[in-house]
Amino acid sequence: MKDLRYLPDVSTIKLNTEACIGCGTCELVCPHGVFQIADKKAGIVDSDGCMECGACAMNCPVEAISVSPGVG
Amino acid sequence: MGDMKSGESCCGNENDSSAHNSENYEVLLPMAPSAGDECGGSSLGESSGIYDLPGYKLWHFVEDFIDTAAGIVPRVKTSIDREDQYGTLKARSGFNRMRYSITPGLYCVGSPDKDSPVMVSANYKLSFDALRKELNGINTWVLVIDTRGINVWCAAGEGTFSTDEVINRVKLTGLEKVVNNRELILPQLSATGVNAKKVKKGCGFKVVWGPIRAMDIKRFLDAGKKAESEMRLVTFSFFERVVLIPIEFSMAIKPLMWILLTVFILSGIGSDIFSISDSWTRGLLMASAVISAVFAGAVAAPALLPWIPGKAFSVKGAITGLIPGICLVLFNFKSIMFLEMAAIVLVITILSSYLAMNFTGATPFTSPTGVEAEMKKAIPLQAAGIIIAVIAWVGANFLTI
Repeated sequence: MKDLRYLPDVSTIKLNTEACIGCGTCELVCPHGVFQIADKKAGIVDSDGCMECGACAMNCPVEAISVSPGVG
Repeated sequence: MGDMKSGESCCGNENDSSAHNSENYEVLLPMAPSAGDECGGSSLGESSGIYDLPGYKLWHFVEDFIDTAAGIVPRVKTSIDREDQYGTLKARSGFNRMRYSITPGLYCVGSPDKDSPVMVSANYKLSFDALRKELNGINTWVLVIDTRGINVWCAAGEGTFSTDEVINRVKLTGLEKVVNNRELILPQLSATGVNAKKVKKGCGFKVVWGPIRAMDIKRFLDAGKKAESEMRLVTFSFFERVVLIPIEFSMAIKPLMWILLTVFILSGIGSDIFSISDSWTRGLLMASAVISAVFAGAVAAPALLPWIPGKAFSVKGAITGLIPGICLVLFNFKSIMFLEMAAIVLVITILSSYLAMNFTGATPFTSPTGVEAEMKKAIPLQAAGIIIAVIAWVGANFLTI
């Protein structure tokens, strides 16, 4: 989705790196490649690509990710 | 669609005794009430009743039924025939308000056994069709869950493709008796509504995240249930956008009659109080502006999305509206006055901007927070612009003598 980008700096996605155990689930379920695992920790590499679908937060085993989409 | 012969036969191949356990059948029949409540039209739709049986209302895509430890299971075809295409056309056009759904439950493709994979799908017919047409030559179980006739991603977002529904459906179908393996392949996009760990805890089945698109399912299986990274990313190609246009278009033209009526009334108001000839001639001009706006905002903007400058959809829509607006003014340059030109350009630009903004609800990349931010800025501007346009349009007819 590199050719289609929505408004920058609006996504409410947050990652608590300290709590992260580096399991890679977020990287797996994210449909926009927002996360990447490096050194056994997840990192947000493209927060503007995030559409706040919530798949990562739903499946993070240690609840290290939060997304709070508005009403749309 | 799918006329139900509620009497003796639900699959019409009693000759095939191997595929059929008539004893099972006798027991099952009295439990099956009418499964045809699809005409609800309310926002969420009715949940499927607990006595609904998978495959009972005979769909043309059901080949026959096979016996399993958990009862009979419909075996479905992998071909898409004319009836499917007609149904797809109706669902895509947006003119039928009927939920296009199939009964949840366990289905199968090919000749699956206890070690065959289990794929989970939504009970929206288009989702189910998309999956089964990719399963040619594969022996698999397909667990269709009750998403109220909504596609995978929307259902996951709305909470019907959920952890609980997956767990319940696994239990209701007695899946653990049908297969020895304890694995469910879920479409990746359902991760928005399904917590894999809780599914495992709730029914003992481990969730394996399948590819986003059903068309990748074969490659996914061949690779040992691993998806390459491009299978994990959503796309929004020209084709994927174009199939959404009929719905956008039909939603846009529904209020059109009232808008046009208003246009013709406002166009007749002037220094003569009300002129029927003005209502007609000026009305036609403004009506063509409104109709151009529908094409600019609900057709051109979605189709040309990545190539239109701007990030906000309201900006993109304003740009696609501006072009026919200016053309319309140039065509009528000699016969209309400046105020009227301004009104025409404003109306096309704003309506198109508004319609394009509506399209944010159908894309796979716009965040709700972003849409909210955009609407907060755009709607007051659009409203102000329309008021100015009405004043200019009606006012102009008071200045002509």
